[in-house]
Amino acid sequence: MAGAIHAEGLVKTFGDVRALDGVDLDVPEGTVLGLLGPNGAGKTTAVRVLTTLLRPDSGRAVVAGIDVLERPDEVRRSIGLSGQFAAVDEYLTGRENLQMVGRLYQMNARAAKARADELLERFNLADAADRTAKTYSGGMRRRLDLAAALVVSPPVMFMDEPTTGLDPRNRQALWEVIQELVAGGTTLLLTTQYLEEADHLAHDICVVDHGRVIARGTSDQLKAQTGGERVEVVVHERGTIPAAREVLARYGITGGGPGDITVEDHTRKLTVPVTGGARILAEVIRDLDAAGVEIDDIALRRPTLDDVFLSLTGHVAEQADEENGGDGSGPGKGRRPPGGKTADGRAESRKETVT
Amino acid sequence: MSMVTDSLVVARRNLIRMTRIPEMILFGVIQPVMFVILFTYVFGGSMSVGGSTDPDVYKNFLMAGIFAQTVTFATAGAGAGIADDMQKGIIDRFRSLPMAQGAVLTGRTVADLVQTAITLFVLAVVALLVGWRTGSAEPTNAARVAAGFGLLLLLGYAFTWIGALIGLSVRTPEAATSGGLIWLFPVTFISNAFVDSDQMASWLQPIAEWNPFSATVQACRELFGNPGVSTSDAWPMQHPVWASLIYSILIIAVFRTLAVRKYRRAQ
Repeated sequence: MAGAIHAEGLVKTFGDVRALDGVDLDVPEGTVLGLLGPNGAGKTTAVRVLTTLLRPDSGRAVVAGIDVLERPDEVRRSIGLSGQFAAVDEYLTGRENLQMVGRLYQMNARAAKARADELLERFNLADAADRTAKTYSGGMRRRLDLAAALVVSPPVMFMDEPTTGLDPRNRQALWEVIQELVAGGTTLLLTTQYLEEADHLAHDICVVDHGRVIARGTSDQLKAQTGGERVEVVVHERGTIPAAREVLARYGITGGGPGDITVEDHTRKLTVPVTGGARILAEVIRDLDAAGVEIDDIALRRPTLDDVFLSLTGHVAEQADEENGGDGSGPGKGRRPPGGKTADGRAESRKETVT
Repeated sequence: MSMVTDSLVVARRNLIRMTRIPEMILFGVIQPVMFVILFTYVFGGSMSVGGSTDPDVYKNFLMAGIFAQTVTFATAGAGAGIADDMQKGIIDRFRSLPMAQGAVLTGRTVADLVQTAITLFVLAVVALLVGWRTGSAEPTNAARVAAGFGLLLLLGYAFTWIGALIGLSVRTPEAATSGGLIWLFPVTFISNAFVDSDQMASWLQPIAEWNPFSATVQACRELFGNPGVSTSDAWPMQHPVWASLIYSILIIAVFRTLAVRKYRRAQ
């Protein structure tokens, strides 16, 4: 229990807004929970409650075996928090920032200094140690912020959107640091807006929306619910749609059942759910070519947060439907074909286009 | 958890920041120096103190008021600094650490006190250069002058706690700066700082005489041996040193409590 996070029925309201509306969380020691949700879902509020920054209206939470509401001071000794905004003092040097945090974790001056040097080395900031954080790049600031959260090697870590706003290279670098940390036995609760990030780092994922957990499970479980990846093909001539359909049926995850493939006649677009990732694209292209189907566009689409919501709640779809006058996919139906959002431009699916 | 060491760690942080943003100290000094020059040379000739229109008398009358006004302006700096820390998430970091709860604010106010002391020192030198003299009206001594500066610093420290509360209550540093300054104008002008309160509208006089700010100004004039010590019957004017001490300590007690509570419950 020394490193676990447990929360029951957390409720927090700000005026009329129920930021947390009965949230239960369980993070076994040494595992990573990804809290996935859009802006305003309540992710940050949950982290703030668990890190003693905010008192919930009701509910209880235990972090590292300590009751958060009853003994917040003790909880603070066992946690590290890395926030959404890199909370470092930009007029202090990297070293001064870490030494200050060490001192405030009640280390003596010598120990704080030694630990700061160690962390600067580990986070590849040794060269910049004596420059003010103002001169740091976004990625360096995040690393410094993360280092500050690790000064006492806390058994439990909270990271609120650690990679938001970072470029892909820095994101990748930060992921590696986080993975190292977890390999060392740290329990981690991580919030993110990116399914990919949760997929990459978390053992378990909780999808939150409007202050509620709307789904939980491993990323594979969630993906299965969401519909996973799919290949989208736009053929050059409408006449070749049947031929293309026949090719794509071989790749469909349900073995080519009639409901498997979605065809949009007017855009000449076919969509098929697949497994196997980018590798499959080459095969599909080869097969289409062999069947004499000329294509304008082909893409592998991965489920996005939008897709997860679409399939879990239908609620992104609902809003869009209301705006668009509805297309029969009401709240009750929930599940829509994963590609359905592209028409109105809301989808932010990652596309890997092969031309 | 140690209140003292934690406060010192935070104070050190704020003092390091100060050395990295020297223009903040610079502007903090330039403003009151400008006031000294403006009041001495622009208004000096047309002001009367205790029946005298001699500019030298006004000069010696004025300085205690300018000093007191200067220390109260530290309020805005403290507020803006704390609001900035809130906005940048630094307060969140501090609040998630196992440190004494009041230390972040205490460290901040102590650092501001150091800045105020520097400003006040420079200002006193400028005042001497333009002709301010202790003992110009009544005899005094070094201990009494030092006591006067002590009361000024105590008043400044008390006001930084008001600034801290403002900083924790607003959303942006800009709001903290303007919110921290607006109320200082009536407080410093409806007082005996720049004119004799006898010359004010009769309904304003009691406000000026009971203004905590006026008590410190009156105490300083008395301790510095400068002219214009009010002969009003109001208790704070009769016992300005005690009044100044009591007011400042009261302000610290009230606003420190409010600010620390606000800090603990910050969202």
